[in-house]
Amino acid sequence: MQTFQNYDSNGFFDELFDSNGNPRPEAQLLIDKIEALPPGELRIRQKAAEAQLLKMGITFNVYGRSEGTEKIFPFDIIPRIVSSTDWEQIEEGLKQRIFALNEFLQDIYNDKKILKDKVVPEDLILSSKTYRKQCEGFTPPRGIWCHVTGTDLIRDHEGRFMVLEDNLRCPSGVSYVLENRQVLKKTFPQVFAASRVRPVQDYPSKLLELLEYLAPDHVQSPTIGVLTPGIYNSAYFEHSYLSQQMGVELVEGQDLVVSDGYVHMLTTKGLKRVDVLYRRLDDDFIDPLAFRPDSMLGVPGLMEVYKEGRIAMANAPGTGIADDKVIYAYVPEIVKYYTGKEPILPNVPTYICRKDDDRKYVLDHLDELVVKAANESGGYGMLIGPHSTKEEQAAFAEKITAEPRNYMAQPTINLSRVPTIVGDNAIEGRHVDLRPYVLFGKDIYVQPGGLTRVALTKGSLVVNSSQGGGSKDTWVV
Amino acid sequence: MLSRVANSIYWMCRYIERAENVARFISVNLNLLLDLPSEKDKHWEPLVAITGDHEVFGKNYNDYTEEEVIQFLTFDRDYFNSIISCLAGARENARSIREIISSEMWEHLNNFYLELADPASKRFALDDPHRFFKIIQMRSHLFTGLLDSTMSHGEAWNFARIGMMLERADKTSRILDVKYFMLLPEAEMVDTPIDNIQWMAVLKSASAFEMFRKEHHTINPRKVADFLIFDSNFPRSIRHCLAKAQVSLHRITGSSTGTAHNAAEKKLGRLVADLEYTDIDEVIEQGMHQYLDDLQTRLNLVGTAIGTTFFNLQPLPDNQNQEQ
Repeated sequence: MQTFQNYDSNGFFDELFDSNGNPRPEAQLLIDKIEALPPGELRIRQKAAEAQLLKMGITFNVYGRSEGTEKIFPFDIIPRIVSSTDWEQIEEGLKQRIFALNEFLQDIYNDKKILKDKVVPEDLILSSKTYRKQCEGFTPPRGIWCHVTGTDLIRDHEGRFMVLEDNLRCPSGVSYVLENRQVLKKTFPQVFAASRVRPVQDYPSKLLELLEYLAPDHVQSPTIGVLTPGIYNSAYFEHSYLSQQMGVELVEGQDLVVSDGYVHMLTTKGLKRVDVLYRRLDDDFIDPLAFRPDSMLGVPGLMEVYKEGRIAMANAPGTGIADDKVIYAYVPEIVKYYTGKEPILPNVPTYICRKDDDRKYVLDHLDELVVKAANESGGYGMLIGPHSTKEEQAAFAEKITAEPRNYMAQPTINLSRVPTIVGDNAIEGRHVDLRPYVLFGKDIYVQPGGLTRVALTKGSLVVNSSQGGGSKDTWVV
Repeated sequence: MLSRVANSIYWMCRYIERAENVARFISVNLNLLLDLPSEKDKHWEPLVAITGDHEVFGKNYNDYTEEEVIQFLTFDRDYFNSIISCLAGARENARSIREIISSEMWEHLNNFYLELADPASKRFALDDPHRFFKIIQMRSHLFTGLLDSTMSHGEAWNFARIGMMLERADKTSRILDVKYFMLLPEAEMVDTPIDNIQWMAVLKSASAFEMFRKEHHTINPRKVADFLIFDSNFPRSIRHCLAKAQVSLHRITGSSTGTAHNAAEKKLGRLVADLEYTDIDEVIEQGMHQYLDDLQTRLNLVGTAIGTTFFNLQPLPDNQNQEQ
C-alpha cells in the first residue's frame, strides 16, 4: 500500500523521481528501502518520529497555553534529496549573492555609490520602512552586516533553482534542520549511512566561531549571548537550542542593562559585561531609545553602545533594507554591480509596481500572479492570483494603486514536489521550497542542506508554517 | 549566572517538590483509608487542610469526597498548587532555562507534564489511585536523580537544591502542624502511644516511617515531632533540609558556612542555628502550632531574602555605580 507503484508526479518537477517515473540516482537507495518496508511500517516510523519531536518539546501552543494543547511543527519523514551537482550551484550562488548584499548594505549606509550610479533608485531605498537612518555612516565590526541569512529558494517546473526571498533580518528554522536530522537518522539509519549524506550538525560551532570573530579587539574571551524576545515567541525553542548548543547565555531584554557605556547582564553575582549578541529581535524592538519607544523587549541604550564599538551584534541593525521585497527585484543588478559577474542563482521574474508598465501588467493579470507587500513575512500580505477570488483581487488592486512602491508581483511558479505521506496509507507529491542557511564570518559558510518546507495541503503552494506548512529533512548526497 | 535563570531553576525545583508532596499526601491517605474503611469520607477534608487552601476548595467544590479532592489537588488548573499547576509551572520555568538544564531533565519533565495533561490520566487516577500517585512520586524522584546525575553541581544546581530543600522543609512542617493538632487534642498525651495507625501515616507522608523505627522503635507524638523537625540525618527533616540549603547557599557565594555576608545567608544561618540549639521539649512547651507557624514565616522570609539577594538585582544609576 505504501509503495510508489501508483505515485504520479502529475507533470510537476519531482525531487525524487524523473519525468519517466524512475527514481533519480541520488534517491534510488531511499526509494528501494521504502519499497522494501513491510506494510504499515512507514506509518509506524512516521508516528515514532512525531512522538520523538513531541518528547523533545519542539512544540508550539495551539489555543493559548492554559488549554494545554500543543502540537509539533508537522514533519514528514520522507526526505528531500539534493544531488551534489545541484548543491554546488546553490552554494556558489548563495556565496556570491550574500557577498554582494553585504557590499550593498555597506555602500548604501556609507558612500551610496550604487545610488549615485543609478543602479538602484535612491528614493526606493530612502522610502523603505526598513531603511535605518541610525546606521548611516556606520561600519559594523569586520565590515559584516548580514552574518546569518536564510535564503528561500524554489525550483520551477523545469527544475531550475531560483531565489524567491532573501531573509537578512532574523531568519529562523535552522534548529528544525538540526532536530529533523537527528530524528531522521533514527528513522532510516542504514539508508542514511549508505547515502553519505553531508552533515549539518556543525552549524552551532560555525555560528559560535562567527560570533567570537565579531568580538571587540580588546576582549580576550568574549561573553556572548543570544537575545530572545522570550518564551512566548514562536521561535523561542530555536533561541534556546542554539544557545545551549553553543554554550552561551540566553538573555532577554530584561536581563540586560547599559551602564558605564557597556552592556551588562544582571547575574547572581552582579553585573557582567556582554561583548557579542546574536539578537533574535527585529531592529524595531532592540532599543526603545533608538527605535520603537514602546518596545518592552529591548535594551535602552544598546544602539549607542553598539555604535561606539563596545558590543557587536549579529545581524547588524539595518539589514532589513536588503530583504525588502521590492528591492529584491534589483538584487541581480546589485550582484553584477559589486562582483562584475552574472548572478549564479537567478531571481524569480518580478514586476515592480512603482514602474508604470509593470504596474499596468500586474493590474491586468492579478488572477495569474503572486502579489507581495514589501515588508511582510510568514505568508501574510500576499495574493496568490490563481487561488484568489475576484473580491480579493479587487482589494489588492486598490492597495497597489494607492501605494505602488509597496508592492511587487511574480508569475505563479509551479514549485517542485516531493513524495509526502498523506493520511494513513498514501504517498502523494506535495510542493516544497528550500531555505539554506548561510553564515558570513571570516568566510562564507553554507550549511549543506537547509530547511525544506512543504505545503501539506493538496495543491497548495504556500509552505509557511503559519499557513499549514510542515518540514522535511534535506539530504545533500 | 543570570538572575532570571537562577530564579527559574529555583522555582522549577520548588514546583516539582511541591507536586511530589501533594502526591505523597494523597498516597498516604489512600493507604490509611484501607485500614479505616468505616471513616472513608472523613479523611479527605484534612488533606485539603494540609495545603492551607480550604477556601479555594470551598469556592468550587461541594463535598470532601475522594473524587472531588483528587480532582482539586491533582487536576484543577485553576488551583495554583494542584499537581498539574505545579508541573505546568515547573515546565514553564524549565522551558526558559532549557539551555541550562540537561536535555534528559527537560525531556523527562516535559513528558511528565504531557502525560499528566493527557485526558486519559484522570481516568487512571480515579480507577487506580494507588498506582497513579506512586508513579507521580517516582517521576519526581527520577527528576531529582537526573538533576543529581546529569547536571554539573555548579551554581545552577545549588540554586535548584535550595529551592527543593526549602520547599521540602515547608511541606514537612505543614504536615506535622496539621496532624499534630488533629491527633493530639490534649498536650499531656504527648508521650502516650496513641493512635498508632494515624501517627504511622504522618511518618509515611514524609517517607519517614522506616527510618524512624530504626532510630526510635516505639511511636509517640513527641518522638515523631522530634524526628521530623530535628533529626540531623533524615533527608526530609526540617533541620536536615535547611542545613543542606545552607551548604548550597554558601557554595554559591563562596563564603564559609560560619559567616554571613548577605540577607539570605543571615536569615538562613540564624534559622539553622536556632534549629541546632532548640530541642523538642522547648517546642512542646512553646506550643507546637505556635512554633511551626513561626518557622513557616521564617522560611518565607528566607525565600524573600534569596529573592532580593540574587534574583531581583537592580542596577545602580550610572553616577552611583561602583567599579565591580
